[in-house]
Amino acid sequence: MDITFSVNGERVHLDVEPRHTLADALREECGLTGTHLGCEHGVCGACTVLVDGQPARACLMFAVQADGATVTTVEGLAGEDGELHPLQEAFVAHHGLQCGFCTPGMLISALHLLETDPEPDRETIRTEMSGNICRCTGYSGIVDAVEAAAGVLREPGPAS
Amino acid sequence: MKCAPFDYVRAASVDEAVTTLSQADGDGKILAGGQSLVPVLALRMARPSVLVDVNRIPGLAGVTPEGDAVRVGALTRHSALVEQTHHPLLADAARWIGHTAIRARGTAGGSIAHADPSAELPVVAVGTGATVTVAGPGGTRQLAAEDLFVGALMTDLAEDEMLTEVRFPLPTRWGFAEFARRHGDFALVMAVAAEVEGTVRVALGGIGAVPVRAEAAERVLAGGGSLREAAAAAAEQLTPTADLHGSAEFRRAIAAEMIRRALTRAGLS
Repeated sequence: MDITFSVNGERVHLDVEPRHTLADALREECGLTGTHLGCEHGVCGACTVLVDGQPARACLMFAVQADGATVTTVEGLAGEDGELHPLQEAFVAHHGLQCGFCTPGMLISALHLLETDPEPDRETIRTEMSGNICRCTGYSGIVDAVEAAAGVLREPGPAS
Repeated sequence: MKCAPFDYVRAASVDEAVTTLSQADGDGKILAGGQSLVPVLALRMARPSVLVDVNRIPGLAGVTPEGDAVRVGALTRHSALVEQTHHPLLADAARWIGHTAIRARGTAGGSIAHADPSAELPVVAVGTGATVTVAGPGGTRQLAAEDLFVGALMTDLAEDEMLTEVRFPLPTRWGFAEFARRHGDFALVMAVAAEVEGTVRVALGGIGAVPVRAEAAERVLAGGGSLREAAAAAAEQLTPTADLHGSAEFRRAIAAEMIRRALTRAGLS
């Protein structure tokens, strides 16, 4: 089935099998392997992407359903020059990752959280990130990172 | 795991969806938010030959006040239920559904038609005395939520029928309480207390195959008994099953406490 959608600002045309999930299409057709598949049944959150600005488990959505949608994956976070997003910088600085497998989903969930609530308290961060499972860090570093990134993102940008 | 192959039909109308289901001869499934269906497909617990995607049918989403009730379109996302202000009990309950990414896609109609014993919206439907509208090849019909749920993951819906709308009466007083190990996990027990047309209704979820009315509690309250007496009477009536998440006694105790909290939140003390 022919579909067209936008990924990280780029238009993509694909011919996909209906049973292929959005995660499959992103990884195998678009080569965007940053979206990780952990459980493949909607529990772990590693494959979380934004679809039309809303977080979605890319393993619980068929690629055909993304026809016409705007998708943001972890590859869309860094600047064109490769400069890391403040969230990515904060995850590095605050030990928000160890093996890194859950990190793409964590970053996308955190991105959506900070877009909807620029000043979340730690309890809110824990609740909002509860759909993403990490087996390494014990979560404290992740909560620290999201809290720190929120502070950076609230600062007024450099005058241009 | 990956889903088994299926034919995909993007329905443009309820009529088209129902016709496609009829033609699938019992082997078709409605795809709404997909947050319960797709895991079932991925684990190959089901392998329907046709999936009918209803996500692009116009007019199926939205929360509309109507007299002493609100009409909730089947495609209304859980996140929209949380944000709406017309039916505060629905908003309270919807906050407990899964996680942010699940609520952004999962739908009210999907959750009720899926009839998971630990899902929130079926309990609110039974607790408030909701009415569901169902479309089939012969037209539409309406039935009470209490008649819709017939077993775990089983409803009165025929294989070629589709739930299109739920009408939730607006309670004058309400309370919702849930106990889960972690926020977003499946509920061990949840309770809804709702005063509808002067009568206090109490419903429990997660305790059996379908949401149940705590009739013993309702009788105690109607007779002027206290919340504690009502909760204790309800617990006595229950025969929860034990599993690795909790013994039968634990579940009965938690159920009594959730009823007490729901009634307290409803201001019925």
